[in-house]
Amino acid sequence: MKMLKSTLAVLTTAAVFGASGFAQAGATLDAVNKKGFVQCGVSDGLPGFSVPDASGKIVGIDADVCRAVAAAVFGDASKVKFSQLNAKERFTALQSGEIDVLSRNTTWTSSRDAGMGLIFAGVTYYDGQGFLASKKLGVKSAKELDGATICIQAGTTTELNVSDYFRANGLKYTPITFETSDESAKSLESGRCDVLTSDKSQLFAQRSKLANPGDYEVLPETISKEPLGPVVRKGDDEWLNIVKWSLFAMLDAEEAGVTSKNVEDMAKNSTNPDVRRMLGTDGEFGKDLQLRKDWIVQIVKQVGNYGEMFERNLGAGTTLKITRGQNALWNQGGLQYAPPVR
Amino acid sequence: MTTHQFKPDLPPPVATVGVYAWLRANLFSSVPNTLLTLVALYLIWLIVPPLLSWAIFQATWLGDSREQCTPSGACWLFIEQRFGQFMYGYYPPELRWRVDLTVLLAVVGAAPLFVARFTHKLRYGIAFLVLYPILAYCLLSGGMLGLEHVPTTQWGGLMLNLILATVGIAGALPLGILLALGRRSKLPAVRVVCVTFIEFWRGVPLITVLFMASVMLPLFLPEGMSFDKMLRALIGIILFESAYVAEVVRGGMQAIPKGQYEAAAAMALGYWRSMFLVVLPQALKLVIPGLVNTFIALFKDTSLVYIVGLFELLNSVKQASADPKWLGMATEGYVFAALVFWIFCFGMSRYSMHLERKLDTGHKR
Repeated sequence: MKMLKSTLAVLTTAAVFGASGFAQAGATLDAVNKKGFVQCGVSDGLPGFSVPDASGKIVGIDADVCRAVAAAVFGDASKVKFSQLNAKERFTALQSGEIDVLSRNTTWTSSRDAGMGLIFAGVTYYDGQGFLASKKLGVKSAKELDGATICIQAGTTTELNVSDYFRANGLKYTPITFETSDESAKSLESGRCDVLTSDKSQLFAQRSKLANPGDYEVLPETISKEPLGPVVRKGDDEWLNIVKWSLFAMLDAEEAGVTSKNVEDMAKNSTNPDVRRMLGTDGEFGKDLQLRKDWIVQIVKQVGNYGEMFERNLGAGTTLKITRGQNALWNQGGLQYAPPVR
Repeated sequence: MTTHQFKPDLPPPVATVGVYAWLRANLFSSVPNTLLTLVALYLIWLIVPPLLSWAIFQATWLGDSREQCTPSGACWLFIEQRFGQFMYGYYPPELRWRVDLTVLLAVVGAAPLFVARFTHKLRYGIAFLVLYPILAYCLLSGGMLGLEHVPTTQWGGLMLNLILATVGIAGALPLGILLALGRRSKLPAVRVVCVTFIEFWRGVPLITVLFMASVMLPLFLPEGMSFDKMLRALIGIILFESAYVAEVVRGGMQAIPKGQYEAAAAMALGYWRSMFLVVLPQALKLVIPGLVNTFIALFKDTSLVYIVGLFELLNSVKQASADPKWLGMATEGYVFAALVFWIFCFGMSRYSMHLERKLDTGHKR
């Protein structure tokens, strides 16, 4: 499989160098307008990011980013169709034009940005690899994990990160590798391993699978950077801007205190010049992006601001119970910072 | 004169009849056998009671959320809640009657073929084989006759397994027979083409075929042109399976004595007629176990389409168990999927046994 992957990567890259030249400015928006919906690539099932509910509707923050793009383009968040892609086919689907935007917990890296004919439009979620440990272990930090047995899900970067981290800190460990997250959760529960490592967003999902989730905690250390965000094809700057600013709009709305409940009232009555510009009361900032005047109003009204989206899919009200952490706004100690609309 | 009165027969010794004798003959006939029996009983004791307790006695059957489930037993609520998705995938719930109708039509339509007294079986069978797929496609896909279009990306669950398997079988069987004939042909060009085809498709794993069809093919097509993912997988499956069917059928043809070929030739039958009237009917009957074996394998292999992102039964289960509301229910899901696959495969194997008995003409040794 690994060899298949690398061969594929080479072939994909080769094919894309040929294809990326064809993408013309504005081509994607024209095509999207013509077919009347945004085709969005999401994952094939990742709790809190994109997963179908009992009625088949895709829910999660990755899916909501696409809904925001649809709301910006059409003023209707429901004009989006989802392609559920696995990790192997995601880039091909975008390169071949099967989807317009890929919002599938994809880590922003230099090689993906530069070598594959793709470009990242922003960061939806700052993720990073962490550890889930039993409280009984009495460990407060990953630095105390010397000699621990660690459950790892197969996937080279996860294993590499652990080995790098333990070597850098001069610690010893025994890895046990599993194919699926269910197996590793069961092993943690049965005591085969002391801690379990994965991306932090997934650790919370793993924890909620356990019989007594309260007995386990996620250690504070983050040993790798995994900024996840939407991806578009390179060479279509207009479409890149639309996706990028749909995401920024949700962050700006949260920062200005605009929510899905008060957005219409704010659009009419707010005296704050920032809010008036953002909601299209003053100025024509949507026009430069080839969008309508009230694009941010539509995004916030139909999808919510970033904070609402986060709480709905990942926050304390869900089984995942993920805290904002690095994903808090910049003025609340987090990393989420969006340029202003003006 | 007195007639001799025979004494009534004594009953057989207690040790040779009844439960006791059976146990003794089958389970405790020797020391190693007794030991094996005891070990087996111990294993059953270890495995079965906890399994039954998990799956039935301590399981939760009624309710609608994960919180209502007892942690010590299975949570079948998850299956109940997602049952529609496991069966139909993302086929719109209000249109699912169309899938039911398609299945019903298949059952009703094929029923006359199984009635012994029905006389026009061949003509009816051919008409059914030609008309039914067209009708089924119209019903499932829609887009005509006022039926709403449902793209194949929304097809899924068990329905997708069944479609892939039945169309795969229906496509692979005729193609496989032709390939088998071609491989035994006296024309070198035909033979070389068939041998190359069979050896190529038998030499690559199905997963690679599917992967190529879904991930690589779009890169070679012009931008924006993409054809249906399910169709791509289906064509891959048909080509792949036809190579296997060809080899099974060829095995049957080689078992037919040369006299049969010569007898057909002596009756002035041409190539096609001697093949279809004399050789193939006997050969196909011989290879029923092999063919059914191939088809059972094909049915199970349909779950491999998960690799190309199609949501057949197993992938639907996997995906549903990623729902934050039902995290940790993967075991129940997989048990359910295994049970469904087992029921279908067991059914197929029973039917093949029935078919063998029915077509048996006394060559059994």
